[in-house]
Amino acid sequence: MTTQAPVVDMTDISISFPGVKALDRVNFRMFPGEVHSLMGENGAGKSTMIKALTGVYPIDSGSILLDGKPLLITGPAQAQEAGISTVYQEVHLLTNLSVAENIMLGREPRRGAAIDWRAMRARATEILDGLNLDIDPASQLGTHSLAVQQLVAIARAIDVQAKVLILDEPTSSLDVDEVSELFRVIRSLKESGVAILFVSHFLEQVYEISDRLTVLRNGQLVGEYLTDEILRIELVHKMIGKDIAVLSDLDRKERAPISEESEEAPFVQAIGLGRTGSIAPVDLSVYEGEVVGLAGLLGSGRTELARLLSGADRPDRGELSIGGRPRRLRTPRMALKARIAYSSENRRSEGIIEDLTVRDNIVLALQADRGWFRRIPKKRQDELAASYIQALNIRPPDPDAIVKNLSGGNQQKVLLARWLAVAPRLLILDEPTRGIDVGAKAEIQKLVADLAENGMSVVFISAELEEVLRLSHRIVVMRDREKVADIVNDDVTVGQVMTLIASGAES
Amino acid sequence: MSIRTIDKPTARPGFVRPRGRFNLGSRYTPVLVTLILLIAMWGVGATRYRGFLSVQMLLNLLIDNSFLLVLVVGMTFVILTGGIDLSVGSVVALSTMIAAFLLRAGWPPLVVIAIVLVVGSTLGMLVGLVIHYFEIQPFIATLAAMFLARGLCYVISLNSISITDPFFVDMAQTRIPLGPGLAITPSVIIAVIVVAIAFFVLHYTRTGRTVYGIGNGGQSAMLMGLPVARTRVLVYVISGFCSALGGVLFTFYTLSGYSLTAVGMELDAIAAVVIGGTLLTGGSGFILGSVLGVLVLGIIQTIISFEGTLSSWWTKIVIGALLLVFIVLQRLLTTLRR
Repeated sequence: MTTQAPVVDMTDISISFPGVKALDRVNFRMFPGEVHSLMGENGAGKSTMIKALTGVYPIDSGSILLDGKPLLITGPAQAQEAGISTVYQEVHLLTNLSVAENIMLGREPRRGAAIDWRAMRARATEILDGLNLDIDPASQLGTHSLAVQQLVAIARAIDVQAKVLILDEPTSSLDVDEVSELFRVIRSLKESGVAILFVSHFLEQVYEISDRLTVLRNGQLVGEYLTDEILRIELVHKMIGKDIAVLSDLDRKERAPISEESEEAPFVQAIGLGRTGSIAPVDLSVYEGEVVGLAGLLGSGRTELARLLSGADRPDRGELSIGGRPRRLRTPRMALKARIAYSSENRRSEGIIEDLTVRDNIVLALQADRGWFRRIPKKRQDELAASYIQALNIRPPDPDAIVKNLSGGNQQKVLLARWLAVAPRLLILDEPTRGIDVGAKAEIQKLVADLAENGMSVVFISAELEEVLRLSHRIVVMRDREKVADIVNDDVTVGQVMTLIASGAES
Repeated sequence: MSIRTIDKPTARPGFVRPRGRFNLGSRYTPVLVTLILLIAMWGVGATRYRGFLSVQMLLNLLIDNSFLLVLVVGMTFVILTGGIDLSVGSVVALSTMIAAFLLRAGWPPLVVIAIVLVVGSTLGMLVGLVIHYFEIQPFIATLAAMFLARGLCYVISLNSISITDPFFVDMAQTRIPLGPGLAITPSVIIAVIVVAIAFFVLHYTRTGRTVYGIGNGGQSAMLMGLPVARTRVLVYVISGFCSALGGVLFTFYTLSGYSLTAVGMELDAIAAVVIGGTLLTGGSGFILGSVLGVLVLGIIQTIISFEGTLSSWWTKIVIGALLLVFIVLQRLLTTLRR
């Protein structure tokens, strides 16, 4: 493999954003017929690297060679023409158009000046068949699940006859079977000589699929390795550049079930709480200092339940009592008054305010809680920001940094800081670790455990069952927008929870 | 679970879209509702008034609204991208003024029409460039163009200029017979051609699909490598062109140029597009829906004029009420579709 000339050769690539040096003289190469994984924490520069290669960001310095020739691209369209296709982590397709159009637009078959719709659907069907995906190409993309949309994005990428295929976190919304299906497709593409750039936070998947690894840290190159020649533990060391004792530390902690032995009433108790068209009536109680994990697939009702508990949606049936007293939460503001904070899974659209600084984002909820006429003094704001930046290890440690220039993991930490600043008694975390690297993930998990130890109640939602099991005292399993199980977490295994998610009520 | 089963509707009882022929969540529903409304209004008119139930009455709808048909074509393109064009009425007025002024000065009519079309398209292009490259809200950019065009009218003349050019008079008076007792004007033919071209462009070209793609919002269309910049500017050129052409048809209709004419006509166009089922947020809607929207507005006017005793302001009231109903209906349907 290595005897071949690289198809992509990037040397000394640098890119900066205001206040952040995103890439600093990084080298990266890709060989035909090889899967190359780009590894690194959030903020390491993986996304920037990809966007440099696909022409979304112009590079400040350095050179990119494609097949030995300098690649001059000014945008995604030119990158595609040059044979570089990308599937982004968030599906960037047009949900209002048909599946066929999403695969073919840009190189649609024509008859004269007109789009040949019949040929387009036929070709789309062919490609979908190749992916073993049985959906109607004429159906609107938005009516399909995220996983299917992801596969359609890949279908689009393979149809261009790409020399280079970039897959940025393609598996984050797929289940196990879908992942193996995707890997089958990747392997067959690899055999046909395509160079594949694979980015994933799942180490298992990286080791399963890739031949070569490049590790980035803080915008700098750490090194390039063959997957067979580097141990996992070494790799993680190289990625986070520090000891990962925190991770194993957490596992050894005893998690005594709290609700069993507690004498007092639960902090939050929902009886038959539900909302038509959103979630079936649910009973749920959360005790003080307890972490309740919500497990279930995407769309199982996890988020819907969180929204009911936090006043984001209004329940139309059932009752909710907080601290023993019945309460109706009509708005998130009322929930906040009752000391319930909800950190949404949609970090971008329902969480951080991208154009504000780190400090502004952190004090936002606290300021709202105080009311707009009692401005938090500048000095107090600075103290708050400084203490949370330090406590949560937010990088860069600059309260004046604009949040959109931070990496996903650091944005998540800013969001957490915002909710911690209002000192909630119940903190609802919806996918707080999604798309976050190992180091930041461990930090957030440890933080959740510490918070609970200090008496805060936490509702913890995550697609990663290992994480839910590691943190929760009790696990509520959701399926098809219903609660199907409520189990105390003593020696529960991932397999057991998976069975519950799959078969539900039978057990 | 294999990949084939992940999208099976059986997986989520209660959250399945009906797959039958009648599907409330379909993209076509708003257009169907408009069609039903139009037929119902025609039916009501036909039972109440003599002479309402005639084909010529329908043709008259087209004759009286041919300029509006052309305007909604441009407006539909713009709104499909999620934009808005407030300059339409002013550009119509400017077009009538330029046409009347140049004709009075003795310019040949076809040259005059060409100049009017070029002016309208250029103005649209400027607006489009400003919107795309300076990332200005379409609302503000076209508001500026609206004032600009209206102001230019007054620079040409403060008074109404009548048109006596034989070609324009011909276009105003010619009736093209379609059968016994049936006739249309050349303007109707022009409007129908414009609608047909727009339909072709929107549904059978990459440009048209890109228009829908831009309306979906976000960066997707750009990241898919579709020509976003070019297309976004183009829709405002199209709207400018259609406004100018609408202005020409309007002069055929009124045989005069006047600075104060067509005030608020952009709002009629927007109303027709919305009643025709196009989402103001972009990405969803059909040109034929907009045509139905124009016919609904026209039939309201016709009914009120048949009624005789009612003030013509009732037209506005009914249109206002209808708009509200349609916007709420669209909201409900979009929620249903999720």
